[in-house]
Amino acid sequence: MKITTSEIEHVAHLARLSFDPSEIESFNRQLNDILGYISKLEELDTSRVEPTTHALELTNAFRKDEVKPSLPVGKILSNAPEREEGGFVVPKII
Amino acid sequence: MPSLIDLSIYELHDILSKREASAVEITKAYLDRIGEVDPKIRAYLTVTADKAVAQAEEADRRLKKADNVTPLTGIPLGIKDVICTRGVRTTCGSKILENFIPPYNATVMEKIEAHGAVMLGKLNMDEFAMGSSTENSAYHPTHNPWDLERIPGGSSGGSAASVAAKACAGSLGSDTGGSIRQPASYCGVVGLKPTYGTVSRFGLVAFASSLDQIGPISRDVTDCALLLNAISGHDTRDSTSVLRDVPDYTGSLIPGLKNYILGIPKEYFISGLDPEVEKAVKHAVSALESQGTEVVEVSLPHTEYAVATYYIIAPAEASSNLSRYDGVKYGLRAPDYKNLMDMYKKTRSQGFGPEVKRRIMIGTYSLSAGYYDAYYKKASQVRTLITRDFKKAFEQCDVIAAPVAPTTAFRLGEKADDPLQMYLSDIFTIPVNLAGIPGISVPCGLNSSGLPIGLQLMAGHFDEAKLLTVAYNLELALGRCKNWPLA
Repeated sequence: MKITTSEIEHVAHLARLSFDPSEIESFNRQLNDILGYISKLEELDTSRVEPTTHALELTNAFRKDEVKPSLPVGKILSNAPEREEGGFVVPKII
Repeated sequence: MPSLIDLSIYELHDILSKREASAVEITKAYLDRIGEVDPKIRAYLTVTADKAVAQAEEADRRLKKADNVTPLTGIPLGIKDVICTRGVRTTCGSKILENFIPPYNATVMEKIEAHGAVMLGKLNMDEFAMGSSTENSAYHPTHNPWDLERIPGGSSGGSAASVAAKACAGSLGSDTGGSIRQPASYCGVVGLKPTYGTVSRFGLVAFASSLDQIGPISRDVTDCALLLNAISGHDTRDSTSVLRDVPDYTGSLIPGLKNYILGIPKEYFISGLDPEVEKAVKHAVSALESQGTEVVEVSLPHTEYAVATYYIIAPAEASSNLSRYDGVKYGLRAPDYKNLMDMYKKTRSQGFGPEVKRRIMIGTYSLSAGYYDAYYKKASQVRTLITRDFKKAFEQCDVIAAPVAPTTAFRLGEKADDPLQMYLSDIFTIPVNLAGIPGISVPCGLNSSGLPIGLQLMAGHFDEAKLLTVAYNLELALGRCKNWPLA
């Protein structure tokens, strides 16, 4: 199946990316090449095959719910582009 | 008399233990070497000279008191810039993390620091480990020490090039679809991707979480075993790391392959395989036969579907993992924006390079409403078939031998405009990640232009010991590299 320019724009929005028109054009070509190649998988009948969800046959890894030391707030905030009074600053949302 | 940088890790350990050289002398020799060769190969993104000397001084104190000395005490290593290092910038090869200074260490860093190893700096890579040439680094490409006009492979290109150029004694890389083994092959060094779950991924910047593993790159197989000893083991901070005892992998370095059966998968010897690569791989297989192994043909019938499977699973997981780069908690925030949505889009569009955007787009598309069954579910089913192929093959043999990559190192720019061609250079390494099994690249000769070729060995889950035994015997049969580049 071919992906259209408007689909690319929709997917870009979902991915929180924006492209200018010339980029969209080259992306469109490359994505269609890649998706064309990927469609090779349709050759295989997988109707009776369980999907792999994990590379190893593991059961769930439980641990005790214990309080342990964590990094101080100042350290956590030290890489934030904008911070104020012990919190991250974000643009107004509502 | 060889200089300090010519010695293997175990040789350095020997002279450190005998106090014939100090850790500071060794570290300074490597820092000088970086000054000499790194302007040509550009393997480092950050050189941490002062920190390295301070760590070497501490290692010398330990050595002097014979206190807690291990084979890595005082050994200078390079670290791929995808591994978080407390207080040292960790960029992941991306502009979006240009100023990111992790407030914590990855578990592997805590482990090698506990050994008293010295970190020389952070090594270049394709942005977010997405690429096969290190040309996708947002900073600069890395050059192959064997031919500066060629790529070192990727994504751990800096990790492999620095080891080959003797700009570190060994390094850590990460491998999601071949990112340790392919550059190791192109640079003529040893690179091992452990079984999924062997090494903690805590502090490894996530690309595709069901495939990513950290592993060592070294100049020989013994050094590989020493590094693997240090980084393996369960970690409560990574629930996918496996609770099992770590053997001493140097115990597998035994001459002779009696009772070993080596499988050769016919699907790896296809058209498109460079005849010189094929010749070197076959020569390596006969060298292993001379060490006593039996050789049988095996079949991995779904090999041809591995790249397509990978390019659904890896981008899907990446699109989810990389949603964290939103300009809020750390990393870049675009300077001018109208509202929250605009900030997200500008930050991510300015911060990510083209290949990362391409993969986020593929992943977002394949996971978007209506396409999940056709893409992600289908790929996960084919992944099961690929894993079954290996299980069946390992009923007939102990270790599988094959090429690492269809060609030797290609030229800078050669595949940069054709993403699909670049993806296909990982055709022989991707199946190992999908099945979660271990794989190693071991040098097996040079082509007529003097470019290295690697033999890939693959084994069942947690059979690293078998891989190392076979790799060690190949090294015994062919001899260790004597003519390193940029000498």
